[in-house]
Amino acid sequence: MDELKKAILDYVTHEYLDDDGGETITADTQLISSGIVDSFSMVSLKRFLEKKYGINIPDRDASPEAFDTVNRIAALVERLRKGN
Amino acid sequence: MAYSDSARAAYNSDLEAIREAGLFKEERYIRSPQAASIEVEYPAGAPGRTVINFCANNYLGLSSHPDVVAAAREGLADRGYGMSSVRFICGTQDNHRRLEERLTSFLGTEDTLLFPSCLDANAGVFEAILGEQDVMIADRLVHASIVDGMRLCAAVRDTYKHASLSHLEEKLQEHQDKRRRLVITDGVFSMDGDLAPLAGIVELAEKYDAMVFVDESHASGFIGRTGRGTHEHCGVLGRVDIITTTLGKALGGASGGCVSGRREIVELCRQRARPYLFSNTVAPVIVSGALKVMDLVQASTERRDKLEANTRFWRAGLERIGLDIKAGESPIVPVMLYNARLAQDVARDLYDEGIYAVGFFFPVVAKGQARIRTQLSAAHETEHLERGLAAFERVGRKYGILGKNKDEIKDMYGL
Repeated sequence: MDELKKAILDYVTHEYLDDDGGETITADTQLISSGIVDSFSMVSLKRFLEKKYGINIPDRDASPEAFDTVNRIAALVERLRKGN
Repeated sequence: MAYSDSARAAYNSDLEAIREAGLFKEERYIRSPQAASIEVEYPAGAPGRTVINFCANNYLGLSSHPDVVAAAREGLADRGYGMSSVRFICGTQDNHRRLEERLTSFLGTEDTLLFPSCLDANAGVFEAILGEQDVMIADRLVHASIVDGMRLCAAVRDTYKHASLSHLEEKLQEHQDKRRRLVITDGVFSMDGDLAPLAGIVELAEKYDAMVFVDESHASGFIGRTGRGTHEHCGVLGRVDIITTTLGKALGGASGGCVSGRREIVELCRQRARPYLFSNTVAPVIVSGALKVMDLVQASTERRDKLEANTRFWRAGLERIGLDIKAGESPIVPVMLYNARLAQDVARDLYDEGIYAVGFFFPVVAKGQARIRTQLSAAHETEHLERGLAAFERVGRKYGILGKNKDEIKDMYGL
């Protein structure tokens, strides 16, 4: 797994999973549609990505679909970084 | 025609999708006053049948209390039916202010402002007191009306893991650069029935210069030694800056809510909160009933004590027959079934047994966390509880879940 995906996976694990370690996720785990991350709590993930990678994620890109897996989030970040 | 065929087809398609997802909500018509035992017409047109109610928020059994009904009747005769005005034009009676003062005294705050509902209080309060330089940090399981209210506010939004003080502390550290911080939580969480760790929250808020907001809708009137709420239970009376609560549950159960707390915050709500400014407030008849509720609640702890005893009896009974319940001390007692279909089947069979309790499943609760939420009332007598337990035992045996834990139920029914 590349560094970008690992950083996002680490953030999501720390930010959204229970501290008891009973649940693990991979880069393909559905986050939004499975209920691990709800649209209300998604704001902190968006803020983390914008700050860490120096990007601005427009509202039209911050959709539940684009944020549903670590792989998709990483693809979005890559696209926006190139765009910048 | 403005309402085109395509619009009708699209809405019908949306409704069908809701049905297919098993999320279609249907009302059940109750033909009697709200009580421990009610007459229900379900499905619509069916003959009425009497069932024991385990799903009302009628915690203190005051919804149909004769003294409350009599006070409401007197208020109707004395102060009329409606005000035909918002509060600040000609919609405020002396009794509105009297009720606000009674709530202030009961909740141990500085001032109170009534709203048409607690949903309206939550919709209006954040926008009235916070701006874009500020941050709101909410527990992830707060009520939907708080989520809506936060969305209407320009302040930065953030959330912390449910009841996690360590995660909240991280967030408070992260947002030290903001002008003001507001920590937001329910006092009692409506789906799990657990209490917020309010003493720890208040300590962290004081350490990191943050204000504290608590929605006490499932607590006011019965949590704490004298029923004043979670802040009394947790020993932080006077240290919570904003309380919102409802008159629509324990405190008479009709409708209405309020923002109660620091004087300046309440006054800013009076000046800016849109649901207060642009809607009629609680009707005079409800104010009269609620004033009597406050008399009853402050005169004696008998009803909240009975609710506490009923809760202990019910929790012990469910555990004894081998059902898996969420531990806790509130009168919200979830019976965990984990599987959504199982929760619906058990609720239906309980209804056939004369027990009215509702199944909850995703997206109302997390996936794999389906449950029947039972709620106790001071109006329940031991006989009601014993009949309820007997029905749960019969239905639980039918589905083979007595004595089974989460993993065993999961193996039998999946998640």
